[in-house]
Amino acid sequence: MTEADFTFLREYLKKRSGLALGPEKRYLVESRLSPVCRRFNLATLSDLVGALRLSREGPMEQAVVEAMTTNETFFFRDRAPFDLFRDVLLPRAIAARASTRRLRIWSAAASTGQEPYSLAMLIHEAAAQLVGWQVEIVGTDLSTEVLEKARLGLYSHFEVQRGLPVQLLVKHFTQVGEQWRISPQLTNMVSYRPLNLLHPFDHLGQFDIVYCRNVLIYFDAPTKADVLERIAKALTPDGAVLLGAAETVIGLTEALVPDGQHRGLYRQGATHRAAAPQRLAAGF
Amino acid sequence: MRTGLVVDDSAVIRKVARRILETLDFSVRDAEDGEKALAMCAEAMPSVIVLDWNMPNMDGYEVLRNLRQSPGGDRPKVLFCTTENDVGAIARALRAGADEYIMKPFDREIMMAKLDQVGFAVHRSAHA
Repeated sequence: MTEADFTFLREYLKKRSGLALGPEKRYLVESRLSPVCRRFNLATLSDLVGALRLSREGPMEQAVVEAMTTNETFFFRDRAPFDLFRDVLLPRAIAARASTRRLRIWSAAASTGQEPYSLAMLIHEAAAQLVGWQVEIVGTDLSTEVLEKARLGLYSHFEVQRGLPVQLLVKHFTQVGEQWRISPQLTNMVSYRPLNLLHPFDHLGQFDIVYCRNVLIYFDAPTKADVLERIAKALTPDGAVLLGAAETVIGLTEALVPDGQHRGLYRQGATHRAAAPQRLAAGF
Repeated sequence: MRTGLVVDDSAVIRKVARRILETLDFSVRDAEDGEKALAMCAEAMPSVIVLDWNMPNMDGYEVLRNLRQSPGGDRPKVLFCTTENDVGAIARALRAGADEYIMKPFDREIMMAKLDQVGFAVHRSAHA
C-alpha cells in the first residue's frame, strides 16, 4: 500500500464513519482490508483504493467501513458496567419510573448483540419488579452485517464462554447443532436498527439509560463532542450515560458531566438540564 | 500463592491447561486420573481444579462427588472441562457441585473468562 493509498483510506474512513486513524494504524488497515480485497476479487489494496475512488455507495464501500469499525465483543464485557446496571441503574430506574412504568435503554454500539442481550438478561432477573412495565432496549450499530447476527442471536461455543456465566447459558440458550441460540424472550426485548453515530439520531426518541462504550475512542475530538452533545439531547433529564473505560467527556463538552459516584457514568450537564422542558424529581 | 490442579487423561490437555494457568500466576500440578487427583487434594487443597469428565476408572462426576464430601473439599473452585457440550451435561455438572463449565476446545481467553467468573483476578494484559 502506497502512502497516497493510506492517506486516501484515512480520509475516506474519517468522512464515512468518523473513524480517526493515526499514521501508525497502517498495519491495522492492511490486516482488516485484505479480506475485503479477496471478497471483491481485487488483487491488492491499491486496487481497492482505485475502486473506492471511482465508486459511490455500494456493498464494497459498506464492507470497507464495516471491516474497519467492527470490534470483538463478548457477553458482560468488562463486567463492572453490568454490575453497575444491576446494582445501581436498574433499581434507580425502577424507582424513578414507577408511575410511567416505561423504560428505554440504548446500546449505541450493539455489534453482534452481546451488550444488549447482557442487559436484557439482567432485566429478566429483575422481572418480578417489572410486571406490567414496558421495557425496550434499542441496539444500534454502523454495520448491518453485525446487526443481522445480533437479530439471529446465534453464537459459537467460544462466544458464549467469554464472559457469560454458565448458569445464564443454561437458562437463556438452547443448542442448535454446534451453536447456541439465545431465547426468543430475550431477542424480543431488543430491537436493532442500523445507525451511523455521525448522522442524526433524533428519530430514536428519548432514552433513560444509554450504553455507548468503546466507540468514541475511534473518533477525533470535535466528532466526539458532537456525538456526546447529541446523546445528551437524546437523554431523559434524569437519564444516565455509560461510556467505555478509556472514554470521557472531560475537555470535550459540558452537555454531559460525570456522575461523581460511579466511574464511566455521566448525566446531563447543568446548562443542558436548564434548557430541558421537564425535570423529574427523582433522578437516577 | 494460588494453586491449580489439572485433571485430564489427555497429556496434551494437561499441558495446555497447565501452561495457561501458569501464565496467570497459578502454581500448577496435574493428574491423569481421578484417584491421583483426590490424593493430591488430600495433601493440599488447590484453589482451582480444571476437571475432565471422561476419564478411565473414575469419571469427573465421581471425582467431584468425592472431593465435595472430603474435609476442605468445598473450597476449590471446580471448572468442569469436557467435550460434552449439551445443556443436560452442563446442568448435571452444576448439580454435582461444579462452579463453572468449559467446553472443549477452549483457549486462553475462555480459561481467563471462566477464572474471572469464579472470582480469580486475571491480568488481561499478560500474554503467553
